[in-house]
Amino acid sequence: MLKIADKTFRSRLFGGTGKFSSSAVMNEALASSGAEMVTVALRRVDLEDPDDDIMSVLDRERYWFLPNTAGARNAEEAIRLAHLARAVGGTNWLKLEVTPDPRTLLPDPVETLKATEILVKEGFIVLPYMNADPILSLRLQDAGAATVMPLGAPIGTNQGILMRSMIEIIIEQAQVPVVVDAGLGAPSHAAAAMEMGADAVLVNTAIAVAGDPVAMGRAFGLAVEAGRMAYEAVLGASGKHAAPSSPEVGLEFLK
Amino acid sequence: MIISCNGRERHLQAGTTVTGLLAELQLNPQTVVVECNKTIIDPKEYDALVLPEDAQVELIRFVGGG
Repeated sequence: MLKIADKTFRSRLFGGTGKFSSSAVMNEALASSGAEMVTVALRRVDLEDPDDDIMSVLDRERYWFLPNTAGARNAEEAIRLAHLARAVGGTNWLKLEVTPDPRTLLPDPVETLKATEILVKEGFIVLPYMNADPILSLRLQDAGAATVMPLGAPIGTNQGILMRSMIEIIIEQAQVPVVVDAGLGAPSHAAAAMEMGADAVLVNTAIAVAGDPVAMGRAFGLAVEAGRMAYEAVLGASGKHAAPSSPEVGLEFLK
Repeated sequence: MIISCNGRERHLQAGTTVTGLLAELQLNPQTVVVECNKTIIDPKEYDALVLPEDAQVELIRFVGGG
């Protein structure tokens, strides 16, 4: 079981709720993925379409909501969004995202750390999205982050785990759960993250934009389970040179 | 009376409360958060709080995101 702050989760796959073609597809895809925690964003109400409301679509008994601060460019904006999220959702859980550059959407380490320090003091359960930087990871952990969420690759790129060696160090050092977030484009990427010892992964785009998001949700769910099982089973050592898997003895009759 | 609501000018009758504004916009108060002049309004105050002239009102809710 995955434990974050005082809450436990059976599923180690966190789902995103953006970019789905319809609410029905989103609900089915999340259900087939097995995700228990889902992220949501905060935006102005569309006054032309006041009934467009994700709160009436997603079952809050079933899913643990993790509001994000996507769109925040600095700590101040992220903190404002955090307060809004708490007010609308009645939750103090927060996926902290501070991304000043819309082209790369890479997280600002300084502002992320600053916002984490403030929000933890205010009683938020902070899950910060961060670059795969082992030192920053320790700093966020020391500041009271409930998890660290290093990126595999930039948001929405589906490139997989580009930051492998850094994420390995982060996992080795972490005292809090490590959630690989962003850039995972295929179930094999998610399985690889879990095999490395990540505690969970967060996937949005790869499921939402798949040809069949419902089947892809299930594929990611299975991959995360398989990867975790492999990690717990302890992978065999890898090596440069061949090592025969059939016995080397008992071949004398060929000579 | 004119206020700004989600970045657009809106004409309201003087004396309109937050509850009145949400009703006019057909919004369920339980799914939105109301910010007035950058201060989050406690839902308990919706009935009593009369929006001031030139108020900058933001109505925010959860949407899909990753």
